[in-house]
Amino acid sequence: MSIYLDHNATTPMRPEALDAMRPYFESRFGNASSSHSRGREAKLALEEAREAIASALGAREKESVIFVSGGTEADNLAVKGAAWAARERGRHIVTSAVEHRAVISACLALEAEGFEVTYLPVDAEGLIDPEMVERTVRTDTTVISLMHANNETGVIFPIPKIGQLAREHGIVFHSDAVQSFGRLPVDVEAQEVDLLTISGHKIYGPKGIGVLYVRPGTKIVSQIHGGEQEHGIRAGTENVAAAVGMACAAKLALESRQTEAHRLRTLRDRLEAGILCRITGTQRNGDRDQRLFNTSNISFQGVRADSLLVALDLEGVEVSAGAACASGALESSHVLRAMGRRPEIDDGGIRFSLGAGTTEAEIERVLELLPSLVERVRAAKKVEGIGVRV
Amino acid sequence: MGRKPRVVVAMSGGVDSAVAAALLQEQGYEVVGISLKLLPKGAGDGSERVDRCCSVKDAEDARLVAAQLGIPYYVLNYESQFHREIIQEFTEAYIGGLTPNPCVRCNELVKFGSLLRQAVGLGAERLATGHYARVERERASGRYLLRRGIDDERDQSYFLYSLTQEQLAGICFPVGHMTKDQVRERAAAYGLRIAAKADSQDLCFVGHDYRTFLQEQCGDRVKPGPITDRAGRILGQHEGLALYTVGQRNGLGLAGGPFYVIRLNPKSNEVVVGKMDELLRLEFVAEQLNLVAWDRLIPERPVLVKVRSRQPAVPATIVPLGDGRILVRWRQVQPAPAPGQAAVFYDASEPDLLVGGATVAADPEVQWPRPKKA
Repeated sequence: MSIYLDHNATTPMRPEALDAMRPYFESRFGNASSSHSRGREAKLALEEAREAIASALGAREKESVIFVSGGTEADNLAVKGAAWAARERGRHIVTSAVEHRAVISACLALEAEGFEVTYLPVDAEGLIDPEMVERTVRTDTTVISLMHANNETGVIFPIPKIGQLAREHGIVFHSDAVQSFGRLPVDVEAQEVDLLTISGHKIYGPKGIGVLYVRPGTKIVSQIHGGEQEHGIRAGTENVAAAVGMACAAKLALESRQTEAHRLRTLRDRLEAGILCRITGTQRNGDRDQRLFNTSNISFQGVRADSLLVALDLEGVEVSAGAACASGALESSHVLRAMGRRPEIDDGGIRFSLGAGTTEAEIERVLELLPSLVERVRAAKKVEGIGVRV
Repeated sequence: MGRKPRVVVAMSGGVDSAVAAALLQEQGYEVVGISLKLLPKGAGDGSERVDRCCSVKDAEDARLVAAQLGIPYYVLNYESQFHREIIQEFTEAYIGGLTPNPCVRCNELVKFGSLLRQAVGLGAERLATGHYARVERERASGRYLLRRGIDDERDQSYFLYSLTQEQLAGICFPVGHMTKDQVRERAAAYGLRIAAKADSQDLCFVGHDYRTFLQEQCGDRVKPGPITDRAGRILGQHEGLALYTVGQRNGLGLAGGPFYVIRLNPKSNEVVVGKMDELLRLEFVAEQLNLVAWDRLIPERPVLVKVRSRQPAVPATIVPLGDGRILVRWRQVQPAPAPGQAAVFYDASEPDLLVGGATVAADPEVQWPRPKKA
């Protein structure tokens, strides 16, 4: 059996979520916008799902929950939607150099349209300085987009502080909480966010569904045009089954959050300490404390991250080593680069992300395997006469 | 239960490496497929380059074959090394008046360099590719030998001459003992969907015209200049030294020919031309000798030498000059080889056996100008 340690990429569906969805593919297949009884049945399920998600986010009104196709769409809708809505007031956006590619690419697209974007740096531990955010905002700054927890390193940004700052300056604040939701407390009121992204498949729910929380009164311009679904913000027939599945997964995630946090932190710490002490030339990427409890990103000196990824996969251990391009090749990590690492030269990092299925035995197995895999890769680099100019 | 020995197959997305993978799997190896991403996004993806090595399309084809065979498959990013050690060296060599052979370098440094190391690091016994050449071990001496592929038309041994014994010990070429037709038949028999895929040609990173590539890459370092004869008389204008090769006849635009490029002088940005008799040589110097079949140079022992990949091997002898430099003396005069190209030697009594090879040295008159007589 394979050992899956890539829960930041995606998670298996909870059986309860799958069961909750099934009727909406079968007998309750109605279109939530139809007026007949089957349509009403679907609409009811959709609104119940909306309510459940709103409550999971600490949102006061369920109308603030906009269902979209996933985290990427939610990020695009938030960043582009808010920037365009406020374009008469200003065209400056503040984000960070370590955001998810959905946010960075949306910002790049805005730059091409004449907006100005500041990509805030992070320190060597991947942390951001809220005072730097304060110094960076200008009178024409309209949007701040900073993630809650980083997908590659797990490093957590001080969202409430930034939220407060944004509010003081009258700036719309978006946070990508795809990795943190279900793992850390997420509360749109306490954290003072105006826009917040979450995704279904990272919380043991289905793929193809995500949510953008939109604080009432926050203006965003819709990015997909068509019917009047989702209060006219996001056109397209509602994905009722996925919304139901996501709502179910969200409820269950919150119920088990604290016990899982404790369990996974213990396992993650054991894995990390085991690697750092058993294998020489290893380095943790990301702040030790301000970090998601399930994530560990480690560089192995002299070992290409893709080598270790492949070696582990061939032993049935599934991890990640950063984003891949269209061909499937790994690209050097913009996150590690922003932290001052040189991933092209310093060999990148391996991300272990634990989740619901992770067991102590699995962690022990990985700790047993890794030293010899790393040793083999390092030994091969020392073989003479290969790749040396004659 | 003992584990199957592991082999990494470098898969290009073409039929040769696909059949190599299938054959090894049939022989009982645990096969791991790997493709290399060598070019940045966009390059190699254009419509004119869809069937070129390392494009997204090729990775898809290779992935499909791997899925059909049920083997694990990965694409590894070698973009920065390839850019640094192959593309940059290629353009610098052309700028310097040489005619480089990037496939030789790629085999030496990338495929059978870094990738071989990486394969060994993954626990593979061997790295296999779809090259048309054969590696075998000589019992008595323990030396690894490199032989021409059985398919004379397809033989790629020329591009492999610079491999060391350590490299040869770690690689195998499963289709080297087959003809292309046999390879296609096997592919069809295995039901591989790429059995009829067209062959790749030209340099993977250049497209169909290396001159356009150089102009794009080098910009104003490709400067027009004079075409002269050996006495220094200006006969015409060239479009940039890097766009010419010693031995070239076409594209000079000179009246009263045929003229041939006999020398490229990067210092003065001159292309020197002459008539065929001025191009002919009996001998030339080559450097960075690598011996494969022999453990040391045997002076005067007859060899067959090739100074271009698509050219028959002709009789010659080798005289050592020391320091990895050699003098190659043809039995009959030949057009001068282009400096930078590979001179590859085969055994005269066993013409499929690759003896070794070297890089054709720059014309001594150019490299070390002699003081002019007062």
